[in-house]
Amino acid sequence: MTPVPVALGPLAAVLVVAGTGMLVLLLDLLPPRESKTHLGTLALAGLCAALLVTLLRWGSGGRAFRDMIVLDHHAMFFQIVIAYAAALVVLLSMDYLRRVGAETGEYYALVLFSTSGMLLLASAGDLIVVFLGIELMSLSLYVLAGLFRRDLESTEAAMKYFLLGAFASAFLLYGIALVYGTTGTTNFDRIAGAVAVRPHDPLLLVGLGLILVGFGFKISAVPFHMWAPDVYQGAPTSVTALIATGSKAAMLAVTIRLVVSVFRGSQPDWGALLWVLAVLTMTVGNVVALAQSNLKRMLAYSSIAHVGYMLVGIVAGGIPGAAAVLFYVFAYVFTTIGTFGVITLCERDGREAVEVGDYAGLGRRSPLLALVLSLFLLSLVGIPPLAGFVGKFYVFGSAVRAGYLWLALIAVLNSALAAYYYLRVIVYMYMREPEAEAARYTPSFAGVLALTVSLAGIVLLGLAPGPFIDLAQVAVTPLLR
Amino acid sequence: MKHLLTVVTFLPLGGAVALMLVDRGREALLRGAALAIAVATFLISLPLYFGFDAGSADYQFEIVARWMPSLGVGYHVGIDGISLWLVLLTTFLTPIALASAWHAVEDRGKEFLITLLTLETGMIGVFVSLDLFLFYVFWEAMLIPMYFIIGVWGGANRIYAAIKFVLYTMVGSVLMLLAILALYYQHGAMTGVYTFDLPTLARWVMPPDRAQSLMFLAFALAFAIKVPLFPLHTWLPDAHVEAPTAGSIILAGVLLKMGTYGFLRFCLPLFPDASLAFGPWIFALAVIGIVYGAWVSTVQPDIKKLVAYSSVSHLGFVMLGIFTLNVQGLVGGLIQMVNHGVSTGALFLMVGMLYERRHTRLIADFGGLWTVIPAFSALFLVVTLSSVGLPGLNGFVGEFLVLLGAFRVNAWLAAAAATGIIFAAVYLLWMYQRVIFGELTQEANRHLRDLSPREWALVVPLIVFIVWIGVYPAAFTGPTEASIEALIAQVESKASVALRAPDGGRVAVSRP
Repeated sequence: MTPVPVALGPLAAVLVVAGTGMLVLLLDLLPPRESKTHLGTLALAGLCAALLVTLLRWGSGGRAFRDMIVLDHHAMFFQIVIAYAAALVVLLSMDYLRRVGAETGEYYALVLFSTSGMLLLASAGDLIVVFLGIELMSLSLYVLAGLFRRDLESTEAAMKYFLLGAFASAFLLYGIALVYGTTGTTNFDRIAGAVAVRPHDPLLLVGLGLILVGFGFKISAVPFHMWAPDVYQGAPTSVTALIATGSKAAMLAVTIRLVVSVFRGSQPDWGALLWVLAVLTMTVGNVVALAQSNLKRMLAYSSIAHVGYMLVGIVAGGIPGAAAVLFYVFAYVFTTIGTFGVITLCERDGREAVEVGDYAGLGRRSPLLALVLSLFLLSLVGIPPLAGFVGKFYVFGSAVRAGYLWLALIAVLNSALAAYYYLRVIVYMYMREPEAEAARYTPSFAGVLALTVSLAGIVLLGLAPGPFIDLAQVAVTPLLR
Repeated sequence: MKHLLTVVTFLPLGGAVALMLVDRGREALLRGAALAIAVATFLISLPLYFGFDAGSADYQFEIVARWMPSLGVGYHVGIDGISLWLVLLTTFLTPIALASAWHAVEDRGKEFLITLLTLETGMIGVFVSLDLFLFYVFWEAMLIPMYFIIGVWGGANRIYAAIKFVLYTMVGSVLMLLAILALYYQHGAMTGVYTFDLPTLARWVMPPDRAQSLMFLAFALAFAIKVPLFPLHTWLPDAHVEAPTAGSIILAGVLLKMGTYGFLRFCLPLFPDASLAFGPWIFALAVIGIVYGAWVSTVQPDIKKLVAYSSVSHLGFVMLGIFTLNVQGLVGGLIQMVNHGVSTGALFLMVGMLYERRHTRLIADFGGLWTVIPAFSALFLVVTLSSVGLPGLNGFVGEFLVLLGAFRVNAWLAAAAATGIIFAAVYLLWMYQRVIFGELTQEANRHLRDLSPREWALVVPLIVFIVWIGVYPAAFTGPTEASIEALIAQVESKASVALRAPDGGRVAVSRP
């Protein structure tokens, strides 16, 4: 057999990141041993290169490996988001890891491997690639979550994440097997064709349902969210930021692709199921977040709630709905990384400041940092003119447009409810005095850079969202051919 | 000047950003600069009045610019006779509020000045926006500085009051957001034009169906919470009592007007049928609010709480005037908004002065002050009487016009509302009597100092307007009448068009 020329172009970003990861592993063996900053810088360079590669390819997509890889605008949009998220996480990690004494070369390699899994997921056109991407991403994240080996919470987080993740993978695999069994293919386009031909095939429906359950675990949609709070709380904060943004963005990329293009022809309507999922996810996330005193745990529930809002957009469907979700993800990534970023920069009594009470008096002690955290929190609330508001506006608007008035009503009431717990942090920062010593800002150039980029992101997306909305609309158009 | 409104709107915000760069140790410079910015904003806003064409009902000083064309969002600002006074009221009261905090706010003074100036931009923005998206941005954004003013610089129970204020307002405004979106898509689906532009939307005749009623209710809820209309007023006493003096002045003077302004600017022209349908209910609630607010004021032991409840009563008059839907009522309601801003702002200011001296606001802690601080007592009398509605002072003009309008709609309810004026005399004069007259019972009050030059300078401008509006109201009602008449004509014609259309008004009729 003559070898078929393989077009690796569509995989460029994935390869760059994975290659950088291997390079980091190799260089880790060489001196200097005491500092790993150069590896962090290398990882950052790799991610920036991947970002650049994707940006340069905008407008000229491509497919590879018999449609297993589909690099369309949708994929590239998410790859940009993921590359941004990973790069910001690396920036946040550099000083943070040194301070908590967990600076290792493997960390950066694992972040890169996990990111390459995410990038792969965004461009997956086949269930096998989806599985591959998820495992590549998740296995690295399991290890990263347990990075603090001596810390019980971190170990617990890793263990829980791993067990539940494996469980979710089993669901996913079973679903893939059923779909393959009924349609004879794992390719998205061909499954879509089969669904359109046999919309009532129960086995196919069960298969798709199980796949959705697997995805639900990964994006932490209620009722599959149980792992999220413990993992978010126990994992190192920089890793939490990656789990909350990159992995979610990647999974949403696949979810949107699957729901919008593959499930389209299927009956009964998946909308009703997703409707319930969206309502549960928003409401449970927000209500439970009200009762949290640990900031990371609160943000875990809040991020569950935000997935709920994104599901609202997916339910609304069509180009506006999907584009709204894309924009929302973009806004959410900047906001969330910024929020976790501030946490990595604060410490109290020699430990990380993670309790809401630790932030009492921060407004007096570090006015600038408190202001920045306030802006991120207000963006999460959805106060204009910040990115979070435009995201909500767009998503809820798409729901209203599609006639899902009740869903939109539940969503806006949820976002009013959410204001309470976000504002509570602001109450602590500005309106309460610390019991003992206030949380302290630990200087970090890289961390400040990451915060600056995130802040610029939420302000830009808030004040001039026009071009980005157009971009998101362009990105989802290929899904609805 | 082409960009006058933009300058007036964003000058305070620009000033706030500039203040951030000043070192916090230089307090005198910070205060002076903030006051200079606020005064400059007021001076720059004056041409809005002098250049205003009172005969025209059109939007003036309009600026239209592209913002998010793909969504139909534009930067569209402008004023008419309805918003003119509210913009000027805002630019007028902000320097007074700033200066009232000259000594009262010691802690984190720099942040206070920045917050107040940011708030001013938000408030002016609400009044000048002619694009629903832009309006909502200002409406929500303005919430946060007020939250900080109550929560950081407020009294003992400030955090509770601040959160209550935000959550109340938030629930109303998210529902309004939903209605804005629904309106946007309904208008777009029926006319093919997807836009948030208010004049465009207001020209469209919406079918008088359930959708219009629901949208009206969502808007009305957001505005009624802000007014506050009985029974949604419970956040107000907490917010007022806990807020610092400057916060109270702004809250009573400007923020509450956003609710009544919203009814005028959005509810009536956009949803005329629903406004007519629900008008009687709001009319009734307004009367209940007038009487209830007055009764509750009477029994308050705390002067500030008394004034807060009196706001519920006074804004009831504004709502009553608006929903008479006739010229007298509407003009009266509009003038009453300005009156309430000036009079109640002045009351809060003077109560704040008492508090600064004695650190109490309980009526029982005072008495016989006229011998100790005669100048304060005299000015306080003028302000109190203006709030009572004494003829010759401003309050009378607004209330008289409102009652005149209300009488044409429902004589019985108008009579009930008129008792509100009687009760106002009861609670305000009784309060004045217990605080100022009588024997000097408390030793601590014996050595209070009278008004300082700074305090004179704060109160006198307010009193000038109190007398001016009272003696020559035509200067103030004049510029509003054309806009009010146009508004009424618009409501009536749209409602009648919708009724005449055989299929329930499904055909979009564009009116020039």
